[in-house]
Amino acid sequence: METLLQQIVNGLVVGSVYALVALGYTMVYGILGLINFAHGDVLMVGALVALQVIVFVQKTWPALGTIPTLLIGLSAAMIVCMALGYIIERTAYRRLRNAPRLAPLITAIGVSFLLQTLAMIIWGRNYHSFPQLISTAPLQPVDGVFITPVQIIILISSALLMVALILLVNKTRLGRAMRATAENHRVASLMGVDTNKIIAITFIIGSGLAAIAGVMFSSNYGVAHYAMGFTPGIKAFTAAVLGGIGNLGGAMVGGIVLGLVESIGAGYLGSATDLCHLPLWAQSASLQATCANGGSFELLSSNYQDIFAFVILGIVLIFRPTGLLGERVSDRA
Amino acid sequence: MSITLLETQNISKRFGGLQALTDVSLTIKKGEIYGLIGPNGAGKTTFFNVLTGAYTPNGGEFIFAGSELPTGTPHVVVERGIARTFQNIRLFREMTALENVMAGHHLRSDSSLWGILTQNRHTREEERLITERAFEMLRYVGIEHHATTLSRNLSYGDQRRLEIARALATEPQLLALDEPAAGMNATETAQLRELISTIRHDGVTVLLIEHDVKLVMGLCDRVAVLNFGKKIAEDVPAVVQKNPDVIEAYLGSSHAH
Amino acid sequence: MNELAVAIPWLGSRNPKAARSVVLALMLIAPLIAALCGNTWVRILDFALLYVMLALGLNLVVGFAGLLDLGYIAFYAVGAYTWAFLASPHFGLHLPFWLVLPAGAGFAALAGLILGAPVLRLRGDYLAIVTLGFGEIVRIFMNNLNYPINITNGPQGVNMLDSLNLFGWDVSRHIPITDNFKINSLVMFYYVFLLFVVGSVIVIRRLQVSRIGRGWAAIRDDELAAKAIGINTRNMKLLAFAMGATFGGVAGGLFGSFQGFVSPESFSLMESIAILTMVVFGGMGNLGGVIIGAIALSLLPEILRSVALPVQHAIFGHVILDPEVLRMLLLSLAMILMMLIRPAGMLPAHARYSRPELASAGKGKQ
Repeated sequence: METLLQQIVNGLVVGSVYALVALGYTMVYGILGLINFAHGDVLMVGALVALQVIVFVQKTWPALGTIPTLLIGLSAAMIVCMALGYIIERTAYRRLRNAPRLAPLITAIGVSFLLQTLAMIIWGRNYHSFPQLISTAPLQPVDGVFITPVQIIILISSALLMVALILLVNKTRLGRAMRATAENHRVASLMGVDTNKIIAITFIIGSGLAAIAGVMFSSNYGVAHYAMGFTPGIKAFTAAVLGGIGNLGGAMVGGIVLGLVESIGAGYLGSATDLCHLPLWAQSASLQATCANGGSFELLSSNYQDIFAFVILGIVLIFRPTGLLGERVSDRA
Repeated sequence: MSITLLETQNISKRFGGLQALTDVSLTIKKGEIYGLIGPNGAGKTTFFNVLTGAYTPNGGEFIFAGSELPTGTPHVVVERGIARTFQNIRLFREMTALENVMAGHHLRSDSSLWGILTQNRHTREEERLITERAFEMLRYVGIEHHATTLSRNLSYGDQRRLEIARALATEPQLLALDEPAAGMNATETAQLRELISTIRHDGVTVLLIEHDVKLVMGLCDRVAVLNFGKKIAEDVPAVVQKNPDVIEAYLGSSHAH
Repeated sequence: MNELAVAIPWLGSRNPKAARSVVLALMLIAPLIAALCGNTWVRILDFALLYVMLALGLNLVVGFAGLLDLGYIAFYAVGAYTWAFLASPHFGLHLPFWLVLPAGAGFAALAGLILGAPVLRLRGDYLAIVTLGFGEIVRIFMNNLNYPINITNGPQGVNMLDSLNLFGWDVSRHIPITDNFKINSLVMFYYVFLLFVVGSVIVIRRLQVSRIGRGWAAIRDDELAAKAIGINTRNMKLLAFAMGATFGGVAGGLFGSFQGFVSPESFSLMESIAILTMVVFGGMGNLGGVIIGAIALSLLPEILRSVALPVQHAIFGHVILDPEVLRMLLLSLAMILMMLIRPAGMLPAHARYSRPELASAGKGKQ
């Protein structure tokens, strides 16, 4: 029972990071119908910039407390990423808005690898340890279930950010313009919405969220790396699709669900595929020998954890392309 | 002359809460030009899409050439002998006019993968035959001189003709044309009318969906009128024109405009 | 070959025949020229030919049928691992190439069908992401199938693969001419690979100008219209996946025999993307363009490496951009800039799916 509870905690933490990143995918897809493949790499840039700045601040003003240091690092990461998001949209995507469907996607893949390469040039190929500004000493609120202060902060702040975004999109003038643009560019611009500006803002907001997610991700795992964006990127995209791409609430639900499935799944994958659970008569002699003395014969170990996202992605796209919530899918094919 | 080619029995189609077609029953006879008209949104194109397998109907069936027509599988419908064109022309843009028509022969050719890889005699013979027939078909619709032009570079009228040629290449018994005169000028429309007559003359039954009432009345042997997804008349043009329901449907809609 | 000849500036348009002989001569003497610069360059050419095969196969799926496959490298992996399993000490099997190569092609085609069947209904970009996932899943399995039973030997990979032995002729052995001079096996591999490339081009050419090629192009240009002329889009797409995968499988087998060693890291997403870039760079759908794209993008990084490394040493005293970084930089920039500036590729000539001259030839006989 404690293990399950522990896995739920872990799943929620990872899931809320996925959800933050998924919001960026889903906003851009909702408005442009584009899979912004480079979004995960923006997260990576955020983490590495924050790392760089925090190390610099720590060296220059060692007296500064941990929270101000973290906030400076986070703000720097957000500013850089927002600028990056704007530049990417402006230089790479804007010109392809009316191109055949595959052209923007190929460009996005190119941008993704370009960012990774540039990061490799700047920060090298090594894993960098990310400064642990917030304690990662596990607390034990329930017996046998651990949660770190970093994880608590991740949960709270991502919840706040999501609420803020929902309010922004549903309650403000800017949000209304964003929704109008997502509905139909041409009509929105006829109604006086500057769609170019709205699209740019969408990229900027999404990139800012990605920067925060990057800092969370690195704080939680304690490392940053030039290729760290790919896996959370693809998983966040899965989360967006799972919830119904183009749908903000869906991205959040999708992120949490994916985090939970992955975490719980990884915990039980090994024992679920342990052939030693087969009834004795179905076991071969050599298998019986392996299983004796508490041995196991697990077909799939937790190394296969990353497969969940891809399998879920495939299944959802094939059988329910509108996702779990599936209210609106932008389709301007 | 009065052999039934296509019999439509109580076809219905719903989209969510919208009843697009209600119990539409039509009879198209072999060798005629049959017109299907109606005001905008009457369900003409929906009927077309259900007939050609793009949509599955919610009720009813089609009897084509004596047996039931499967629904929801466009390529099987073509195989049974119903070819179509599209209201907004859909050609294969990156292929030449000739290649578009040759693609239309796909269904009526049978070179196997093995035959193609080994270029056996059957494959070579068939390829030559298809090429020749495609040229003939282009000549038939009058655009042979554009054979090696990319289809996207053809003029609008020629694109219409090419689409008809491609449909004819599937060797249909029934050719279904979705608003072929849309966007054409008077000369082009006159040429089109001639082409459709010729096609019928050469033994292909034609189902014509058209907004242009004049074209339909002048060309068709019989006409059916759809309004709000229901058939309100079916007869020779002269009779249909005098039908009060039809007049109201059209006048009503023209008043609304 | 014609496309390549026409691509030669000036000569191509004036005298196609001469241009064709130039291309042929270049293809034949290329390894000898490269050998003068050192065996590394012959090796690079050998790899370039493998990339040509891969690009041709991927082009069949992406360029002809319009299905964006981001997991193409998985089929290369299937071919390579088939060679590793059937012709190495790993399982103690040493089957001959005429069994192993077709087996690799067959397994790859099967993998193509397994991938293709469920994703048939997906649209362009969704299809791309799911195929990417497929490639990653294959790689994760390669990495982890060393437990509980050791099948792939995990991240270490399998080594000591049998080399290519064509009916008693071991291609990997140097051929001694005199006591001091011998033909390097790398050169022989080049010619063997060249044969495979020529074979691939012939096969693809025949497919292209056939009812199958026209069916694929029709689906790519307008799927709804393709259905409306009676093309069974499901079968044609499956065929495209399977045929494309077959080329990947054959190239993978050749890779295994050439390299003597396979491991999961040769089959990363980056490689799928690299092959896609080659296809895009030359011009999707156009065989000549694809071949040039593959050659250019496999040679350029190497040329850059040989130029850039000494230059960096001279200027900075140490290396800032290592070759792998240079390659990634080049590929990603190529991908972005091509889409922005020349989306149709360097050689945007449109692909032919018919031979109009057939009709007049027929008439002449009558």
